[in-house]
Amino acid sequence: MIELILPAVASCIVAFFVVFLMTPPLIKFLEKRNLTVKDVNKKEDVMVARPGGLSIITGIIASEIVLYAFLQSNEILAIIITTSAAFVIGYVDDRKVMGGWFKPVALAIAATPIIALGAYNSDLAFPLFGTVQIPVLYIALIVFMIPITGNTINSIDVLNGVASGFMVIASFSLSICLFIVQNYEIAIASLPLVFVSLAFYKYHKIPSKIFPGDSGALTFGAMYGTIAIVGGVEILAAIALLPAVINSFLFLSSVKKITEHRQIKNPTLMTPELKLKSTDDVSAPITLVRLIVASKALSEKQVGFVIFKLAIFSGILAIITAFMMGVSL
Amino acid sequence: MKFGLFGFLFVMWILILVGGGITVMILGPFSISGFGELDWFIGSVIKAIVAIILVVIWILILSKLKNLIFRKEIKS
Repeated sequence: MIELILPAVASCIVAFFVVFLMTPPLIKFLEKRNLTVKDVNKKEDVMVARPGGLSIITGIIASEIVLYAFLQSNEILAIIITTSAAFVIGYVDDRKVMGGWFKPVALAIAATPIIALGAYNSDLAFPLFGTVQIPVLYIALIVFMIPITGNTINSIDVLNGVASGFMVIASFSLSICLFIVQNYEIAIASLPLVFVSLAFYKYHKIPSKIFPGDSGALTFGAMYGTIAIVGGVEILAAIALLPAVINSFLFLSSVKKITEHRQIKNPTLMTPELKLKSTDDVSAPITLVRLIVASKALSEKQVGFVIFKLAIFSGILAIITAFMMGVSL
Repeated sequence: MKFGLFGFLFVMWILILVGGGITVMILGPFSISGFGELDWFIGSVIKAIVAIILVVIWILILSKLKNLIFRKEIKS
């Protein structure tokens, strides 16, 4: 444990400062090339640089390479390769809008390095009841997990700062869970995700100077999913991610098909006081944000804080569950 | 509304714990024999089918709960 402190500190410093220092020049570069999009939740025509995925993936790769230099594990290699593949998939989608099926299928393929490197344990651990061996089913779980976590984080990237702020809370909760279940190496490998998200949040928080885009959101989600698999904490990761899972669940249960989020009607409207309220259009999808503003119009910042409170609540549930992993009925 | 969302999260958590228990108790000890080398594969396929059925039941329960908790708010 003591010998892991130096790699942990070094990788966290690299993760934070690479993103913190690289994002401002990236914003200037994107603005210069007119790679900006309108912030739809602002009254004026505010243009925001996009995508910020490049600084996110650079921070993740740099910090995980530092860790690999110390630990040389296949699990870290799997995190680097799968997360990088997810970035490329997101970047393609940022530059050219692809169909609704492109990302899930491509992300499923991006999960194959985890299988190829054997960086998983097919025993699925549940709290209180122990583990279950599902060798064949677990391969399917890996293939499904990366598209689910990637698209789940992508679908919650709807307001200034929400995706990165949510990722800070969820990945920090997951790191604590990994420490509790005494998987120290993967716990340390997950900390860079906390610091990359935190550094990016500085520029993504309201009012955003940069949006992560699909390349950033898929990078966040794919790394989170890969950590869950290689760390053997799939259930804990799912619990910490519950608010984003609810968002995807509500969306899919109202739209009833897999579709590109840019092709659907906006579920919220902007009031003259610059507050978000639920649309009266019954054909618009039900989302987490729509539910939050259903009874009362709220500002973008207020909605973001409600989502963060939900993330903290589910993070606490995940930590309680991690303690329950050591208890057997 | 906000308590509704926290309640929904809590119910999802309970369902995960209960689903985990059922998975371990039903799928864990399950094994099949009489097919030779295919025993392991057929056993896994059956486990996969049972797991998918459990997930479908989980989604159906959540759909009902969603309507129950958010009936007033969801105008669709």
